[in-house]
Order: sequence, then C-alpha cells, then structure tokens
Amino acid sequence: MSRLRTTLTYLALTALAIVFVAPVAYLVIGSLKPSGEVIDGLAGFVPENASLQNYSGMLGRFDSPATGYFRDFYLTSLLVTSVVVAGGLLVNSMAAYALARLRWRGRDAALLTVVALTILPFEAIAVPLFYLLNDHRNTYYIQYLPFVASAFSIYLFYSFFVGLPRELEEAARIDGAGTWRTFFRIIVPMSKPVFATVTILSFLTTWGSFLWPVMMVDQPQRRPLPLAIAVFQGQPPYDWGQIFAFGVLMVLPVLVVFLVFQRWFVQSLASSGLKG
Amino acid sequence: MSTTTQTTRQARPLAPPQKRRSGLHRDDRAAWAMFLPAAAGLLLFVVVPFVMAGWLSLHNVRLDAPTPPSWMGLEQYRRILLDPDFRGEFYRGLLNNVLFAAVVVPVQTALALALALLLNRPLRGMPVFRTFFFMPVVFPMALVAVVWKVIYARGELGMLNAAIDTLSFGHLGPYDWLGDPGTALPAVIIMSIWQGAGLQMVIILAGLQGIPADLYEAASLDRAGRWLQFRHVTLPGLRNTLIFVVMVTTILAFRLFDQVYIMTQGGPQQATTTVMYQAVTTAFDANNVGRASAITVLFFLIVLAITLVQRRVLREDREVS
Repeated sequence: MSRLRTTLTYLALTALAIVFVAPVAYLVIGSLKPSGEVIDGLAGFVPENASLQNYSGMLGRFDSPATGYFRDFYLTSLLVTSVVVAGGLLVNSMAAYALARLRWRGRDAALLTVVALTILPFEAIAVPLFYLLNDHRNTYYIQYLPFVASAFSIYLFYSFFVGLPRELEEAARIDGAGTWRTFFRIIVPMSKPVFATVTILSFLTTWGSFLWPVMMVDQPQRRPLPLAIAVFQGQPPYDWGQIFAFGVLMVLPVLVVFLVFQRWFVQSLASSGLKG
Repeated sequence: MSTTTQTTRQARPLAPPQKRRSGLHRDDRAAWAMFLPAAAGLLLFVVVPFVMAGWLSLHNVRLDAPTPPSWMGLEQYRRILLDPDFRGEFYRGLLNNVLFAAVVVPVQTALALALALLLNRPLRGMPVFRTFFFMPVVFPMALVAVVWKVIYARGELGMLNAAIDTLSFGHLGPYDWLGDPGTALPAVIIMSIWQGAGLQMVIILAGLQGIPADLYEAASLDRAGRWLQFRHVTLPGLRNTLIFVVMVTTILAFRLFDQVYIMTQGGPQQATTTVMYQAVTTAFDANNVGRASAITVLFFLIVLAITLVQRRVLREDREVS
C-alpha cells in the first residue's frame, strides 16, 4: 500500500475516531467540572477546576426514600440483569438442547413456534403485558421474570448445538450417561462461545432496558439505572455535572468489562448477526 | 433462518422413527423437562400477551376503571387509521418512523461499511480504532440520549453549536436542535447513528473477513482496479450480510422509543413522535389500553411485513447463487 494511501487512511480514521469519542469524553470531563461550566461551548472539553464534587453531590441527592437511593438503583439493575442473564442461560440452553439434539413428540411444532417468536419484538407485546401485570407494578420480579425465557437466545443456542459433532455425545451415551448428564458434562463445556454470546447480548439489553421500567416502575426505590437517570435529567433545576456523574457510574462497569473482554464482545455481536 | 429449516428437514425422520436413522437420541421425558421452563416463560410472557393484544384492541379498556372492558369491534382501528380527529397523530408517528428509517438505514450502513473497509487494512493500530468506533454500542440508550441532549443544548454555548461555529468560522448556527420542529428529528437520527454504527461495523467486518482472499487475487490477475474489486468481489461477498444489517436496522427504526421519550417527548409539534411513543402514551397518559393495543397490533404487522420481505429477498439470492 502506498505511503499516501496509508496516511489518508489514518487521517480518515482519526477524524472519525474524534467524532465517536467526543461525546464519551464530554461525559467524563463534564462529570468532573462544576455544573455551571458543563454547557460552555468547546470549553466543555477542558477539565478546569476538576473535582469529584459532582459525585459526592449526586450521591447525597439520592439519599432519601422520596428520591430513591443511588445504591438501590444500582442493586436493582444488578439484580434484574443477573437473574435475566443467569436464568436465561440455563433455561434457554436446555430448551435449545432438547430442540437440537433430542427426539421427542412435539419437537417440530415446538421448534417452529420458537423460530416464529423470534420475529416478535418486545414492543409488540409491551402494552398488553403491562395491562396483564398491572397488579405487580414496582416489584423486582416483574422487572426480570418476563425476560428470562427468550426465543432469540434459544435460537442462538440451537444454531450452535446443531453444528456440534456427535461423537463425544454418543461416547457419553455408550458409557451410560443420561440426557441431563450428557448435556451438563459434555455439551455445556463444548459450547463456551455461544454461552459468551448470549451472556453479552442479554447483559447489554437488560442493563439498558428502558421501555418496560417506564411502564412498570414509579416508586423511586425500585427504579433501575436507566429509568433513574431519565427521571433525574427531567427535573429542573438541571445539575448537569451531577447528571453526568450519574451517567459515568452507570456505564463504568460495562465499559470495564467491555475493555477487558473486548474480543469476546466483538466476536459475539458479529457472529450473532451472521446467523440470521 | 435457512439453517434452521434445513436442519429441521434433515432431522425429521422420513420413515417411522428409528433411533439410528436420525442420529438423535429419543428421550421424551427429559426433553420435555428441559423444554418446559422456557416454554412456560414464552407462553406466559410472549404468547398470551400477544393474543391478548388482539383481544384488547377490539375493546374499550381502561385501567382501574369501574366498568369491565366493552366490545368495540374495529372501532379503535377506524379511529386510528381513518378518523380525521385522531388519524393525523398516528400517521405523523408512522411518517417519522419511515423518515428515520429512510435516513438511518442507508447512512448508518454506508458509514459502517466505510469504517469496516478502513479497519480491514493491514495497518498498525486498527484494534484501537475499532475500540473507539464500537464503544458507543455498550452504552445504554437512555444514557446516550441524556448526553446528546446536552450536546444539542441551544444557544452558542451548546457543544454542537460551538463546534459548528468554530468549524464554519462563525457562519453557521446557533441552532435550537431539539426545540425546532425542523431539526429535532435529524438530531435524534444523528445520535442514533452514532450509537448504532459500531455494531453494524463489526458485523460487516466479520462478513469482509469471510470473503475468500483468492477471489481478490483472481481479480488482481485480471487487472481489476480497486473500484472494480469492490464492485465485483466485496459487494457481492457482503450481500447477505448487508441485507441482514439493513433489515435489522429497519425494524429497529420502527421500535424507536427511548431516545424520543428522553430527549423530546415526541415534540416539538409532534416532530419526533413515533408509533411506539404513541402506544406508550396512549396506554399510560390517556389510560386507553384498547387503542394502545390496536397501535401495538399495527406495529407488529409492520414488523412482520419487513421480515417477510427480508425472507423473500434472501431466498431469491440463494436460488440465484
């Protein structure tokens, strides 16, 4: 590749990188600046008078039952995400295994149904679900229970299991292992990539989940992080420094996990696309 | 999807089930036990509400109302689609979804393709750039909406206005991005592209790496220039990937809700209202679950239509190749 082309490539990449990084930099720098200086033209990128005051101020603000506790927002998001991810891995992988590797009455109909349900976005059922479950508003379980079983996750597992070689499984059968043992001892250890894919997809979706909490949660103590920041940014007088501090804390664990397991993230999301 | 149908066909026993023939182990009891938990969840939280949406849409239903739901037939649909007093809002939302899709789908796909092509070169530092472009994907949409709302702040001190002022040497701006009906939807579109391009990029990048290198070698031997190679090797090789990306993004465009709810509340003057935004506000603020369900059913029909078009396009492609 010629020198000039290389230079132009880097120039284009750098210009684009600035556009992609600038909002993130603004968020981080703004969280360190006095609130009045966040909306301040390009000076918003200059971390003058930097301090952690917004963080302590924000934590102090969310420190009563009326406002909700910041710790509770975090724990709610953590609880909901953990149950959806962990429960989903178990339930959906088992279902996919039954569909992909076992023969049973009703299997074909079950498979067809699951595939058909993958088309259905959550938005198409949110309103009736809200009507049906209205008596369970503001509970924790209503925030995770509807999302544990997922047709899309089953489909991802299914596509992976179908492609696995049969030999190990048959060897285990000959050694007398039953269906459950074969699944947990042979199949699950062979399937780390698909478990990683489903973990990452379901983690990102649930951590950022917004529509359902908007409909089901109005008590401050039970708000997950995305709903809490949406409420926070809508209440004047706007304290942008504190709002940005909230935002940084909300995305920080995701960013750290992302940077550590970046290869898994990229591969998972790329492969989930190609299966379509 | 094609993998599914193929494997189903292979796995389905032609003759009376013989364990060896299908190669699958027969174990009805364990299979049902494994399938049941997910099946119960899907039935309760997906199938039942989906059927319920149809039923609710034919009734006048209000939460906490003393009267039970009363039959309305197709009246909700007539009001949404035909009644001059109501239809304007729905069609405005639908139009916004269509406009959003019409800009985001081509622009975001082209941007993602450009990013993937740039990153696919054997140069140093590419993983770092990939990290930058991909990073917004892991941000929750609610947070992205909050940050961009501040970036779009009106007046000279707004971040975007200040950047445009500097780049245009003071000739352009300032704009009231989210307050002006002319710029509010474009503003939502720009931040959505910023958040979504990275995901498309890695999908396309995986597609690029799946194109056999000898195709490019053969093209070079035929003295095809870069443009011809792109036109006759890269694009055909990416065809299925691009169709997939386009369809997913189109459906995403019709699901548009979070950004609008946080940044503009559908305004100003309905400039950013969407089908989903109306479904939620109709159910919630207007306490009209019946009409909200009818909007939901219409939303589903749109998504279904897009999906069917996608299947057809992909199938035609397979028959050709």
